[in-house]
Amino acid sequence: MPIARVTPPELRDPAWLGRVFSWLAAAVVLWPLLVLSEFKPGQLFEPGALKPTLHFLADFFPPKTDVDFLAMVVRETWRTVAIATAGLTLAMVLAIPLTLLSVRVLSISALSGRMAWLPSVLRQAIRGVLIVLRSVPELVWALVFVRIVGLGPTSGVLAIALTYGGMLGKVYADILESGDAHASQTLLRNGSGRLQAFFYALLPQTAAELTSYTVYRWECAIRSSAVLGFVGAGGLGQQMDSSMKMFNGSEVGTMLLVFMLLVWLADKVSAWLRKGLG
Amino acid sequence: MMAPTNSSIPQQLPPKLFDARCNACWFVLAMLALVIASFWSLDLQWAQFLSWQAFSKMGRFLGELFPPNVEPAFLKKLGFATLETLAMSALGTLLAVVLGLVLALPASKSHADDPAHWRGLTRLVLNALRSIPELVWAAMLLITVGLGPFAGTLALALHTAGVLGRLFAEAIENAPAGPGFALRTRGVGEGRVFIYATLPQILPQLLSYTLYRWENNIRAAAVLGVVGAGGLGQMLAYHLGLFQMQETSSVLMAMLLLVALVDTLSYVSRKLLER
Repeated sequence: MPIARVTPPELRDPAWLGRVFSWLAAAVVLWPLLVLSEFKPGQLFEPGALKPTLHFLADFFPPKTDVDFLAMVVRETWRTVAIATAGLTLAMVLAIPLTLLSVRVLSISALSGRMAWLPSVLRQAIRGVLIVLRSVPELVWALVFVRIVGLGPTSGVLAIALTYGGMLGKVYADILESGDAHASQTLLRNGSGRLQAFFYALLPQTAAELTSYTVYRWECAIRSSAVLGFVGAGGLGQQMDSSMKMFNGSEVGTMLLVFMLLVWLADKVSAWLRKGLG
Repeated sequence: MMAPTNSSIPQQLPPKLFDARCNACWFVLAMLALVIASFWSLDLQWAQFLSWQAFSKMGRFLGELFPPNVEPAFLKKLGFATLETLAMSALGTLLAVVLGLVLALPASKSHADDPAHWRGLTRLVLNALRSIPELVWAAMLLITVGLGPFAGTLALALHTAGVLGRLFAEAIENAPAGPGFALRTRGVGEGRVFIYATLPQILPQLLSYTLYRWENNIRAAAVLGVVGAGGLGQMLAYHLGLFQMQETSSVLMAMLLLVALVDTLSYVSRKLLER
């Protein structure tokens, strides 16, 4: 009888093989990720990189607060909010008709069994358009529109309008279809028009939810309109971008604080409104 | 559904939007004012955008997108950039999990007697990390680490750490207190209480938050590059900047394909998990 085990049983680890294997597997998966993303943390601490960074960060304090600059920041902050609001308004103008066309509960032929093929194809096509609109990120739309209409808020407004139009259209349709279809079906069966059925049966049930989602998207639009400035679509982002390119830490510091304040404020306002909507 | 108390009311009506106090009226008025002020103050160039010139420009732009560039050498570059985007998102999320967990521990009050001195401060840090978008982080990190995917990875990690840290802290605070209490009364230290009592309970939640953020980060990583932070976005900005429209259209297609793939996978896996 060979006595091979020296380890006392209470210290024996029955899972060590699995543990070694999972560490190895993790290393095998992680290695290409590190290579592909050129992960070199050493880069952060090289003197060539560290000095401008520290300089830039030291510049943050104190943030720049002279009156002219602050007036500019306030003006650009308003423009950021205005781009988001105008973009979302256009998004609604785009989304509402598309939603009404694509909602299945407003189909008359679907009242009796299956929907006829033409309306069905039309609805699928509109859903496809909505998918395409929202799957192109707003930043890409903005890049494209900056090429066509030039720098400035117009491209930001259009970018938000298209991407958010796609999102709103999809979610509006989902909300309308998740409601109780009984009332609208009754109206349609008794000969009311589709718009009448929408206004008197679907809308009263879902108005609060629709508004609440729109307010939430408005909050998101403010965040993304600030980001769109980085590709030249106006607002706070554009100023932040140019200050960063000039390594002006104190200006960036002020604008970051204002931006965080704006996001916080939009969050609070939207939460308050949505709570009011119930 | 509330049961009607009075039998003469057959069905509960939805609450009135426009009641006597009419909060909804104020809401609508304020919104209208905001919308009008926005359009009025922005000096949007509709005339220019809706002009014949802009339309022909747009037509030319769209026309130049076809046919997309499908040379093998270019496709290889494109595939590499796609992999780079995926690697950025995965590694960024992984770093964010580590950083988020490290910050979530001081940011949570794990039991009733926990003094949690650092709770306020760490929550402030998490909020700051979270409220600055990935793209702004990336633009700032370019100063430190230069152009390339490393800046994008770190940017994703910092923003996501803020998001995940807060969610993790909430998960820790909401974990059932029993197992932790049992260990603590026997004098087990806080670190081991976390590893053996709290962590196993919240692990599924942490995983689902992490996967959800990874999905978001793939989408974010695809566009992050437009400021120069690597991946497909950097290729897009590069070729669009040089007016190489055929390459641009291939990059756009790769981007849309990646996003569609992620959406489909997430939808399918959600369906599978629900079943």
